[in-house]
Amino acid sequence: MSIKGKAYIAGVYEHPTRKAPDKTVAQLHAEVARGALKDAGLTKDDVDGYFCAGDAPGLGGFSMAEYMGLKLRHIDTTETGGSAYLVHVSHAAQAIATGKCSVALVTLAGRPRSERAGGLLSINFGPAPDAPFELPFAPVTANRYGVSAMRHMYQYRTTSEQLAWVKVAASHHAQYNPNAVLQDVVTVEDVVNSPMISDPLHRLDCCVVSDGGGAVIVVGPEVMKSLKKPRVKIMGAGEFPKHLNGGKMDLTVSGAAWSGPTAFTEAGVKPSDIKYASIYDSFTITVLITLEDLGFCKKGEGGKFVADGNLISGIGKLPFNTDGGGLCNNHPADRGGMTKIIEAVRQLRGEAHPKVQVKNCDLALAHGTGGSLGTRHGSATLIMERE
Amino acid sequence: MATPAQDRKIAAPAVTPDTQAFWEAAKQGTLLLKKCPKCKELHYYPRPHCPFCFHDQTEWVEARGTGVIYTFSVTRRAEIPYAFAYVTLDEGVTMMTNIVDCDLDAIRIGQKVKVVFKPTIDGPPVPMFAPL
Repeated sequence: MSIKGKAYIAGVYEHPTRKAPDKTVAQLHAEVARGALKDAGLTKDDVDGYFCAGDAPGLGGFSMAEYMGLKLRHIDTTETGGSAYLVHVSHAAQAIATGKCSVALVTLAGRPRSERAGGLLSINFGPAPDAPFELPFAPVTANRYGVSAMRHMYQYRTTSEQLAWVKVAASHHAQYNPNAVLQDVVTVEDVVNSPMISDPLHRLDCCVVSDGGGAVIVVGPEVMKSLKKPRVKIMGAGEFPKHLNGGKMDLTVSGAAWSGPTAFTEAGVKPSDIKYASIYDSFTITVLITLEDLGFCKKGEGGKFVADGNLISGIGKLPFNTDGGGLCNNHPADRGGMTKIIEAVRQLRGEAHPKVQVKNCDLALAHGTGGSLGTRHGSATLIMERE
Repeated sequence: MATPAQDRKIAAPAVTPDTQAFWEAAKQGTLLLKKCPKCKELHYYPRPHCPFCFHDQTEWVEARGTGVIYTFSVTRRAEIPYAFAYVTLDEGVTMMTNIVDCDLDAIRIGQKVKVVFKPTIDGPPVPMFAPL
């Protein structure tokens, strides 16, 4: 059984806020839910399936279902960090295909910009079995990605300048997004001359910190027929949790090496068919490694692939993150998966900014990496088609 | 320009019954690993269950305490800069650690290192590595 063609993305909404000191996280969840329902042409009463992850306050799905007054037949709170929302779309398609629900709502929201005083993100997941063997060594998000970047540079001679091109491309797109946190175009020199955060990642190799959120509505073919929006069909999906494997691991490889082929096989397409890609960009290295693992270039050749504007819409071969991505636009709740789906849907509908809209964009990919490349993460790939 | 490694204040690791032997050995300056008597694989961090064959009676073995730097990242935006790293031990398993007692700017992947135990606040010492 496959989800190919069994479900559609009918509504999307990205909250325009990037700083929300006067709103609660629950309120932001409700606001993005309203936005996505309006976009789809549906109402709250149509929703019978709800999906959310660790950013949902209280007892996750139950607390939010009560807060929003949802009447549900199906609930799924799969948590894979920032990639969870891509997993949710896949699981929503599965639930719709098996009759467990007909209109699925997926929400994400958070306020890290308002709640965190600054400094490097150090996530404490509670009494994890790995904690005594890791926390003494002060892992933070930046160094847990830094170790992957450093090893990739050692093994494949990847350079800081090549990594910088990922940020440069994102900034070229963000200049057209009035909601983006960073709207100035930057150069390779700007990136490599910005302060070093954790070797080899500079300040401009890192994504922004922003409040906000987003939501997606997934429906079956029958519901989609009754709606007016362009038809964005789910073609295939893959998910993969990668971990340290008992101390026998390769930190230059991400879970995309497994989630990607699963999604491509289900969709019946190959990387060269993809017209636009949303790639989770917590850091520049995240994009470079993901593109290799998804098969857009050979392993180890990501540096060459991303260089010289190859990811810039209208210039390069693979336009990516045309909203400016997490690197420039938005990284709500420290979780970039939702905005990856939203911009891919905009591209497929032809609703991206005219300056970055990919011509004849009929096949798009969105990919998320939740957790960290240097320890454990959940990868999720989603392939969608304009019908 | 050199960035000399400085000692940081380290919170005590949570000692659990299944890892108590590891921390007792650490107090004696010995690094322990877990080995599966069934499939013969070593693993890290230590667990009673083998993560490879799922046998439930893994055994403690002493590591030589030497290895090479697999990768590292000097975290500079911190009160005290430090080298977050992974070291591949001679026995073949790779473990998260810090590289210490050296110039942080001179650390290289592939460098040979030896375990040194650094004190924690009211807890057992933790295994870090210094260049040989």
